[in-house]
Amino acid sequence: MSSIKVKLKEKDLNKIKEICKSFNNEEGELINVLHKTQEHFGYLPAEVQEAVAQGLNMSVAKVYGVVTFYSFFTMLPKGKHPISICTGTACYVRGADNVLQEFKRQLNIEVGETTEDGKHSLSCLRCVGACGLAPVVLVGEKTYGRVSPEGVKAILEEYKDK
Amino acid sequence: MYLLVCGGTGCRASESESIVENFKQELENKGLQDEVQVVTTGCFGFCEKGPIVKVQPDNTFYVQVKPEDIPEIIEEHVIKGRKVERLLYEDPEKKEHISDSKHMDFYKKQIRIALRNCGFIDPENLDEYIARDGYLALGKCITELKPADVINEIKESGLRGRGGGGFPTGLKWEIASQNHADQKYVVCNADEGDPGAFMDRSILEGDPHAVLEAMAICGYSMGATKGLIYIRAEYPLAIKRLKIAIDQAREYGLLGENIFGTDFSFDVELRYGAGAFVCGEETSLIHSMEGLRGEPTIKPPFPAEKGYLGKPTNVNNVETYANIPVIINKGANWFNKIGTEKSKGTKVFALAGKINNVGLIEVPMGTTLREVIFEIGGGIKDGKKFKAVQTGGPSGGCLTEKDLDTPIDFDNLLAAGSMMGSGGMIVMDEDDCMVSVAKFYLDFTVEESCGKCSPCRIGNKRLYEVLDRITQGKGTMEDLQRLRNMSNVIKDTSLCGLGQTSPNPVLSTLDNFWDEYVAHIEEQKCPAGQCKDLMKYEIIEENCVGCTACARVCPVGAISGERKQTHNIDTSICIKCGACIEKCKFDAIIVK
Repeated sequence: MSSIKVKLKEKDLNKIKEICKSFNNEEGELINVLHKTQEHFGYLPAEVQEAVAQGLNMSVAKVYGVVTFYSFFTMLPKGKHPISICTGTACYVRGADNVLQEFKRQLNIEVGETTEDGKHSLSCLRCVGACGLAPVVLVGEKTYGRVSPEGVKAILEEYKDK
Repeated sequence: MYLLVCGGTGCRASESESIVENFKQELENKGLQDEVQVVTTGCFGFCEKGPIVKVQPDNTFYVQVKPEDIPEIIEEHVIKGRKVERLLYEDPEKKEHISDSKHMDFYKKQIRIALRNCGFIDPENLDEYIARDGYLALGKCITELKPADVINEIKESGLRGRGGGGFPTGLKWEIASQNHADQKYVVCNADEGDPGAFMDRSILEGDPHAVLEAMAICGYSMGATKGLIYIRAEYPLAIKRLKIAIDQAREYGLLGENIFGTDFSFDVELRYGAGAFVCGEETSLIHSMEGLRGEPTIKPPFPAEKGYLGKPTNVNNVETYANIPVIINKGANWFNKIGTEKSKGTKVFALAGKINNVGLIEVPMGTTLREVIFEIGGGIKDGKKFKAVQTGGPSGGCLTEKDLDTPIDFDNLLAAGSMMGSGGMIVMDEDDCMVSVAKFYLDFTVEESCGKCSPCRIGNKRLYEVLDRITQGKGTMEDLQRLRNMSNVIKDTSLCGLGQTSPNPVLSTLDNFWDEYVAHIEEQKCPAGQCKDLMKYEIIEENCVGCTACARVCPVGAISGERKQTHNIDTSICIKCGACIEKCKFDAIIVK
């Protein structure tokens, strides 16, 4: 998995320590700690994982093992307005793939990448449970339903100046 | 008067929150805020027609309501007592407006037990749950019944696990109760990972107390004082409502120390999943709760013996728990009269895909697929032909026309080569390529396989590669035998439920759509016209006027021809992007 180098500031390290402490520095709370940490930093680069390992007194390998196991955790920063395309079965049979291809074409990035201006990242997720609106696209917290390839442009247009 | 507005995820995505806001605002403008109450409820189930607004007491059911419709509803319905006809549901056959949901085909055959409160109560208000007999069952259990009586009642009811396996719930509780330890755990599996199934989310969003109450009942019966709900982080609304529900229940003394003044204590905490399908398997789920990678372990020991932190643990899914309070209140003998001989009660299904009425339904076990798809589901979208229905998600199989009259229950679906699973039902029509569908599911399984055992990790990847080859027109007839052999090996030798069922979509499509596989291989054709690699773009000579529009838009320069002469597509360079078809005003380009 590719990663980027970051240098953590003192206050970042303290934040991680604080999160670990709020879960009693218990190894068994690793997933909860990672949720909180990702909520704060937006992603989990190697340096953050090292600090978490230290905070919970466990090996970095174990932390890395858990981070890479679960799809919710990411080691790459997301865009300012991350785009997620639902590729669950209901959306798939209603043409989610064509919508995905159109997003790739318009943004000129692949799944898992972020645009150069840092505005949008592209990812796929499995079912948000709004199958009545298939195919579904999420931009940040906002849900767009019944999206067609032709509608992709209009969605991106909304974020042009944001 | 009450205005019930659906606050489920689907309807919220269609601005139901603004509808609530507008109602409140408009009522205040008219000075009616004390007479009319606006309630945000859980999912009504009829997601296709959302957002839904229900007016009580007259039960008027408005569909596809928009925030700008609100002043009209207030003015016409609330003030003048006249229904807003244009917002009523229209019966697609009779073309008549139906105002009461119980007369709609979508609701007629439904019996709602697990979904009893979804769409009726405000899930963030405990008093409303109590008004509908909430926590009555828990009170009855801990003040009148012995733990063994509770277990017997559940055994008697014939309830089987709704998460997929169909293991008898009462028996599971009994085993957990017989294992002694200083601490035991009650776990609720709310890691709904099957894409296209959203019943657990809807229950948690619409009726969170039902699950808390049932977990407490389970705790009483097996001697556990701690409950844990393992929920997907992708369900923020369900998490929020559960947190509110837990706080309220503690405040009312329905969770915590000495419930109902007895010496029974029970409390519930949340644990978050992080997106791994395999965590639906109970041993994986338990490892994940312990902060580890969610990998399964060999059973025995079963969780009932050694589960969370090595202690006896009972794991049931959300829908299973939602049935418990009703069984206690109405009795096992009421419950076991519903359903079939070996599958009692009802089952919630999430209808999705190419079906007219997408949504959440609850029907008695034994209802046929035909009734579900064509009567309740309203048939196939755009008048197309039914091709297949996938039940049981990625672990299930495709069922076809010949299975439509099979009564749905655990055993019949298994016999037909599929499974109940968690209740997802994805309907497919004539435009869906079944080889691609099988490939889609394998793509999912390959990504979700935890990698612990080789048959699942390597075998599914190989299955995917063979399927991919076939969709590109590079498959051979030997590949079909290879698919079958590998599938059987993976099923027989995988460690957990994921690998044991992942080849089902391949096997069932091979059984039911053999000709379609052969067409891909021998004729290099995709009968459904979905496989891009097998498509060819062609220009129809008599329609082409030589306007050059297509040649100019083609990104790879595959189209050539003189002005006012028929053009040609060089299929060896064509990337099948479809840009030329979009540009052509004379319908001169076709896909073969």
